[in-house]
Amino acid sequence: MSEQNANRTGLFGRLAALPNDSIAKMLLVTVTLSLVCSVLVSSAAVLLKPMQMRNVELARKARILEVAGLMEPERSVDELFAGVEPRLVELDTGEFSEAFDPATYDQRIAARDPDLSRAIEPWNDIAGIGRKARYAPVYLVESGGEVEKVILPVHGYGLWSTMYGFLALSGDGEEVLGLTFYQHAETPGLGGEIENPRWLERWVGKQVYGPEGEVRLQVVRGSVGPEDEWADWAIDGISGATLTADGVSNMVKYWLGEDGFKPFLVRLREEGA
Amino acid sequence: MNTAGKTLLEPVIDRNPITLQILGVCSALAVTTQMIPSLIMGLALIFVIAASSAAISMIRNHMPGNIRIIIQMTIIASLVILVDQFLKAFAYDISRQLSVFVGLIITNCIVLGRAEAFASSNPVGPSVLDGVGHGIGYALVLLVVAFFRELFGSGKLFGIEILPLASEGGWYLPNGLMLLAPSAFFIIGLMIWAIRTWKPAQVEKPEYQIHVVHRTEAL
Repeated sequence: MSEQNANRTGLFGRLAALPNDSIAKMLLVTVTLSLVCSVLVSSAAVLLKPMQMRNVELARKARILEVAGLMEPERSVDELFAGVEPRLVELDTGEFSEAFDPATYDQRIAARDPDLSRAIEPWNDIAGIGRKARYAPVYLVESGGEVEKVILPVHGYGLWSTMYGFLALSGDGEEVLGLTFYQHAETPGLGGEIENPRWLERWVGKQVYGPEGEVRLQVVRGSVGPEDEWADWAIDGISGATLTADGVSNMVKYWLGEDGFKPFLVRLREEGA
Repeated sequence: MNTAGKTLLEPVIDRNPITLQILGVCSALAVTTQMIPSLIMGLALIFVIAASSAAISMIRNHMPGNIRIIIQMTIIASLVILVDQFLKAFAYDISRQLSVFVGLIITNCIVLGRAEAFASSNPVGPSVLDGVGHGIGYALVLLVVAFFRELFGSGKLFGIEILPLASEGGWYLPNGLMLLAPSAFFIIGLMIWAIRTWKPAQVEKPEYQIHVVHRTEAL
């Protein structure tokens, strides 16, 4: 091997001919390798980024369609999503806003921007999210001029992670039509069961508010029988996932309460879209 | 069989990385609940191991001995990130299902094992063949395990219904154990047993035997 290397000429030949374990050769090999690898990795990341973003976007739209019960496997997501109207809502006033394009507005980035968000007072921060964006996107499904379904983005802290999902309500904001989570890092098999379609099915048809307008919808420990007087508002807990389920309850309570979408839902019921 | 064919085919069954060398079992447990993710995982590993073997074999004469593992890991890690990025761009649903396990190809002992044991001391051609052979051996085991787990765990193969489930009006009551990781242990165990019965040359000598005291021996 060293004989092969010895009779090389030119700068590269002389560098390549250095003994493999010399410091110079070691540095040369390391630097060259790092350069080649980083160019490869970063160009792949940059070139493929648009397609990846599009996939994430499609997956998000598919989740919205699923939770609203609008998913049809034989039609494309973009085509179906045309029946959903994204709008931007100012959370504190509950009014629609034109401040940003709801299709490109990112609530998560906005929640980190001091100009577009505020810190939640610790005593109000039951969902454990720290900061709240001033605006949030909502998705309306209309039929015959009436708002039939409202899909709200919700997030809250579970046991290990912030859980992100969508909650679909009837047009009057009183009845749950569906709940789904698209991102979380709860324990697979325990808290991770919040993704289980059979458990999420139990949310369908539950009522949100009690007679005083307070959020009653929540996950309870154990199971809920049809004859229980709270059966309209309560959802069976998940065994081994009490803390995650509490997180889900708090998330729902926060986002459907005064701090969350309640002003918007009230306004929507009174004034329509 | 010629040498090239032998390099390629020997690792498929005779020196299979999972059933004989017992390497890479972790991902074999994790991704094999369904056939499609197993197939993609197998293909991803074949690509990574072939490309890393080629790259490592190409620079084998210039590899400083005391940092060679770091160099090998850098090459493998870069290739794995490439695969991960491509999956996210072209097979998003599958990349979500495989989640961290594509990234964990970096730590898959089969890839580093072949880099260290074969590619760093052999020319490019045989190194690639050796890598592809080991990749195929790995993918084959994954597919066999996934076949049983998907068929008996969810009554499907490649997502197509084979056994109609009782919960959807059919007659088949799925075996929930098949969806959990331990079932892959059982299936791999049974595969090892079957292969070693078929090819007794793979049976290892016991490392120790319990000494049986003979009646003539003093206690």
